[in-house]
Amino acid sequence: MKEKPDVLQGTLALMVLKTLDVLGPLHGWGIARRIEQISGDLLAVNQGTLYPLLLKLEHEGSVASEWGASENNRRARFYRLTAAGRKQLRAETRDWEQTAAIIARFFKVKAEDLS
Amino acid sequence: MRLLRRFVIRLSNLATGQSADQRLQDEIAEYLAFQTEENLRAGMSPPEARRQAALKLGAAQAIREHHHAEHSIPLIENLLFDLRYALRMLLRSPGFSFIAIATMALGIGATTAIYSVINATLLHPLPYPNPSELVRIVDDLPGVGAQGVGISVPEWRDLESSGIFQSAAITGTGANVNLTGSAQPLRLSFKQVTPNYFAVLRVDAQLGRTFHANDATPGYNLEVVLSDGLWRREFAADPHVLGKAVRLDNDVYHVVGVMPRGFRDQGSTSDEQNVDLWLGAGFAGVPFPPPLRDSRLRSRVVIARLKPGLSIAAAQGHLDALVESLKKQYPADYPAQTAWTVRLVPLSETVVGSVRQTLILLFGAVGLVLLISCVNVANLLLARTSLRGREIAVRQALGAQRTRLIRQLLTESLLLFLLGGIAGFAILFCARHFLLQLVPESLPHLNNISISWGVLAFALAVSAAAGTVFGLAPACLMSRLDLTSTLRQEGRSSAGSIGRSHARQVLVVTELALSLVLMVAAGLLLRSFWDLFAVQPGFNPDRVMAIETWLPGPNDPTLDPYQTATQEAVLLREILRRSQTLPGVDEAAVGDETALPLGHKDPSRLPLIREGIETMDNQAPVIESPIVSPEYFHLLGIALERGRIFNEQDIETTPQVAVINQAAARTYWPNQDPLGKRVRLHLDTRGLPNTAQPAWTTIVGVIADARTESLADAGIPQIYRSVYQRGSKEVSIFLRGQLDISAISAQVRQQVQSLDATLPVFHAETLDEVVSTSLSVRRFSMEMVALFAATALLLAGLGIYGTISYVVNEQRREIAIRLALGAQRENILKMVLRRGLGLAAGGAGLGLAGALIVSHLMAGLLFGVSPYDLPTFAGVTIVLTGVALAASYVPALRAMRLDPITTLHAE
Repeated sequence: MKEKPDVLQGTLALMVLKTLDVLGPLHGWGIARRIEQISGDLLAVNQGTLYPLLLKLEHEGSVASEWGASENNRRARFYRLTAAGRKQLRAETRDWEQTAAIIARFFKVKAEDLS
Repeated sequence: MRLLRRFVIRLSNLATGQSADQRLQDEIAEYLAFQTEENLRAGMSPPEARRQAALKLGAAQAIREHHHAEHSIPLIENLLFDLRYALRMLLRSPGFSFIAIATMALGIGATTAIYSVINATLLHPLPYPNPSELVRIVDDLPGVGAQGVGISVPEWRDLESSGIFQSAAITGTGANVNLTGSAQPLRLSFKQVTPNYFAVLRVDAQLGRTFHANDATPGYNLEVVLSDGLWRREFAADPHVLGKAVRLDNDVYHVVGVMPRGFRDQGSTSDEQNVDLWLGAGFAGVPFPPPLRDSRLRSRVVIARLKPGLSIAAAQGHLDALVESLKKQYPADYPAQTAWTVRLVPLSETVVGSVRQTLILLFGAVGLVLLISCVNVANLLLARTSLRGREIAVRQALGAQRTRLIRQLLTESLLLFLLGGIAGFAILFCARHFLLQLVPESLPHLNNISISWGVLAFALAVSAAAGTVFGLAPACLMSRLDLTSTLRQEGRSSAGSIGRSHARQVLVVTELALSLVLMVAAGLLLRSFWDLFAVQPGFNPDRVMAIETWLPGPNDPTLDPYQTATQEAVLLREILRRSQTLPGVDEAAVGDETALPLGHKDPSRLPLIREGIETMDNQAPVIESPIVSPEYFHLLGIALERGRIFNEQDIETTPQVAVINQAAARTYWPNQDPLGKRVRLHLDTRGLPNTAQPAWTTIVGVIADARTESLADAGIPQIYRSVYQRGSKEVSIFLRGQLDISAISAQVRQQVQSLDATLPVFHAETLDEVVSTSLSVRRFSMEMVALFAATALLLAGLGIYGTISYVVNEQRREIAIRLALGAQRENILKMVLRRGLGLAAGGAGLGLAGALIVSHLMAGLLFGVSPYDLPTFAGVTIVLTGVALAASYVPALRAMRLDPITTLHAE
C-alpha cells in the first residue's frame, strides 16, 4: 500500500484556518478528519504536528479554544477562528494564490514562448 | 508581532511553570474516543477499533514532546536544568570549587582593577561632549629643533577665522595667584583663558555663567569663574556668590559663575586638572605684550574644536595650506630656515600620553595573570575529568548527544568562571578605597577612577569569554571518551586520559612560560627602579626642605611692590636672613619653581640666542632657565667646574651674568670655552610689558650636571640666572639643616608674613620626598608588575604541582609494580622530578622567547638596564626552575613512599 503523504510543511496552518473558517468551531479530531476528507483522503494529518500547531496558532492569537460538548455530548476542546485569524487567513490565501499562479506559469511555459 | 506575542506567552509559561500537559492528555483521550467511534461505525470490533485508533494516533510520547516544545522554550529550560545540575556539582566538591573560584576571582579581580584605571584614563580621557572633535594645536620650529614653541595672538586669530575649527581658545597651563582678603592669604591655581574656552570644551556653569564667548577685552576682563571645590571651600557654597568681588594678586575681579561639581579641566597632570579658578583674558593688552606676530606665547596652549565631521587628517591638510599662505604673506616673521609648522594632536593624546605606556604594560601584565589563572582552572577542570569519566561514559551510553554533553559541561565551567568573576568584582568593590591609595597621585584623572557599571560589565564579559574559551577545550576532550574502555577499566589509565594528560602538560608549559615572561618584565623594571634609585643625582637632597611662596603680579605693573628685581631683592634678602635664624637652619637659598629639583611640573624654557650665531628669537633653540640666589648651588651641593658663580654684587644695575651646566656647554659651545660668551634670553614667559630688548648676558661659570629635571636624564642643558638680576614671582625657599619638619612651615610663614602679610606660604616638603614622588609612577608600575609576577609564579607552581600529582596518581600502579620488582626508591624520585624538570624546561624555553619580545617592547620604560639583560633572564629562569622542582618534589616524595602491596591490592 502506498503511504499517504504527510501534509506539506507550512501548509497545514493554512488548511486548519480555512477549515475553521468554512465549518466554524471544531475540535481537534474534527479538524484532522475534515482536512483528510477535503483532500479526498490523499493526505494524512499527523497528530504529533496538529496539536502543537493548534497551540502555536492559539499563542499567536489566530484561534481561540474552549471546552465544550460535541454533537454526541462528549466533552471536547473546540477551536474557533478569531478576527486576527481571519485576517491571517486572508493574507496567507493571497500569498498562496500568488505563489501557485507563479508556479503554474512555470509549468505552462514552453521553449517557443521565450524565444 | 505575532512572533513576539508567541515568545512572551511561552516565556511566561516557562516562568510560571504552567504545563499544557493535562490539556493534551485530555485532547488525546478525546481524539481516541472520536476515532474509536468512527472505527466502530466502520464495522470494527470494539478492541480492534481501539487498536486502530491508537495506531492512527501514533507515538503519544513524541506528540507530548512536540507539544511541550511548542508550549515553552526548551533551550532555556535545558539551560536552567544544566545550571541546577552544575550548581549541585560545584557543591558536591567544595574544595575544587573554592580553589577554582578563588583563582578566577584573583585573575578577574586584578584585571578589572587595572581596567577601571584604564577606563578612567585611556578610554575616557576627556569628560566633555564629542571629545573626538577636540584637538590641541602645537607650533613647531623643526628647522631649529624646537617643539611646542607656542602661538602668537595674530596666529590664533587666523586659526579662529580659518573655517577649520568651530572655535579655538588659548589657555595657560596653570599658574598661581594670591587670594587675599580672607583670614590667611591663599595661593590658588588658576588658568588664564580666552573667553571662548568653555565654549570649546562645551561645558556650562552650574551657577551663573562662563565668560561671554565673544568678549573681546584685550587684557583681563576682570571676570572670574570658580571651581566647585573652591566655591565650597572658601565661599561655603554661597548661592549669592555671583557678582562678589575677590582680590587676586591685588586686582579686583568679579565672580560670574561656578563650574559644575566634577568638572575637570583638560591637561595631563592632576595639578592642571584641579584648577581653582579661571580668568578671562584676550592675551592682547596690558599686562600681556602687544599682539605681534612673532611674539609667541610660550607656556600657552591652544585647544580647539574641529568642525563637525572633519577628520584630524583632513583638518591638518587645511591647516598646512593655511600655514603656507601665512608664510608667504609674512616672510619676515617666518624665516624659511625655522620651517614653522603647526600640527594637530588629539586632545585625548595630550592628556594620557605620558602614562599610556605604563598603563598598557600593566594591562598586559594583568592580562597574563588572567590567562594563567584561566589555564590553571582549565587544568583543574581537566583533572576532574578523570574523576567524572565514568559518569560521562554512562550518560553517553544512555544516549546523551555529544553536543548536549558539551553544553552541560560548558554550563558548569561558565558558572565557575562567572562566580569567580563576581567574587573578584565584589572583593575589588570592597577594597576600592584601599587600592586607590596605591595609585600614584601624578596619574591623570585619578579622581575619575571608579568601580562603575561599565567596569562590572567588563568583569562579567571577561568571565564569560574566559569561561567559554577555557571551558570548551576540557568539555570537548571530556566528551570524546572511548566508551567501552572507560566503562571497562575505570580507575586505570585509559586511552582517553592520555589525550587529557597531554593537554594538561601543554597547559602547564603555557602557564610556566607566561609566568616567566611576567617575571622577566618585573625583574627588568625592578632593576631599572633600583638603578634609578641608586643613581647619583648630582645634587644632595639630604636634609633639604623647600617651602613655596608667591609674589603677586598685579595687572597694572605700577601697583606691583616687587616690580623690579631690585625691589624684590630687598624682600628676598630679608627672607633669607630671617630664615637663617630659624632653629636648625644651616643654609638658606631661594629659587623659582624651575629651580625645585624634580618637583616642577612645567619647566620654563626660553630661547637661547648666542651672540654671533642666532639673530632672531624664533630661530633659537630653547633652554631650561632656572632663576636662583647665589647660595643655591652650595646648598644643593652642585659643584662649580670652571669660572665663578654669580654673587651678591651681581645686581640689576650691573651687567647680566649667568651660569650654565656642563650639558649646556657641551651642547651649545662644543670644543669651545663658554666662559665670557654672551647670550640673550627671550622675554620672560610671564609676559611683563617690557618691550625693551633684553641686554646681553655673559656666561661666567660652568657647574656640574645635576639630574634636576629627571633622574633618568643626565644631560639636560640649563642656564641659571641670579634672582637679584632677574626677579621671579614664584619663590621656593630652600633650607638645609636639622629641621623640625612639623614646625618649620609655620615658622617660615610667620617670618614671611611679618615682612608682607599678603604673601601665602604653602607646600612645604623635603627634597627626599620630592625625589621619591618623582619616581612614583615608576614605583607603582614596578610594584604592580612584581605583584602580578609573584601571583603568576604561585599559580604556575600550583599548576605544576597539580599536574605532577595527577601524573603520579595515574601511574601509581606502574610505580608500585616497579617497586615490587625491586626498583630503587631514589630512581622513582628522580623519574618524577625529571618529569617536572621537563615541563619546566619546556616552559622556560617558550617563556624566554616570549620574554625577549616583551622586553624589547618595554625598552622605553627601562633605565640603565638592557632589555636583554642576561642576569635578569638567567636569575628568573633559575627561580622558575627551582619553583617547578619544589612543586614536583611533594608528589615525587609521595610516589617514592608508595607501598606497593596496598597499592596493587587496591587496584
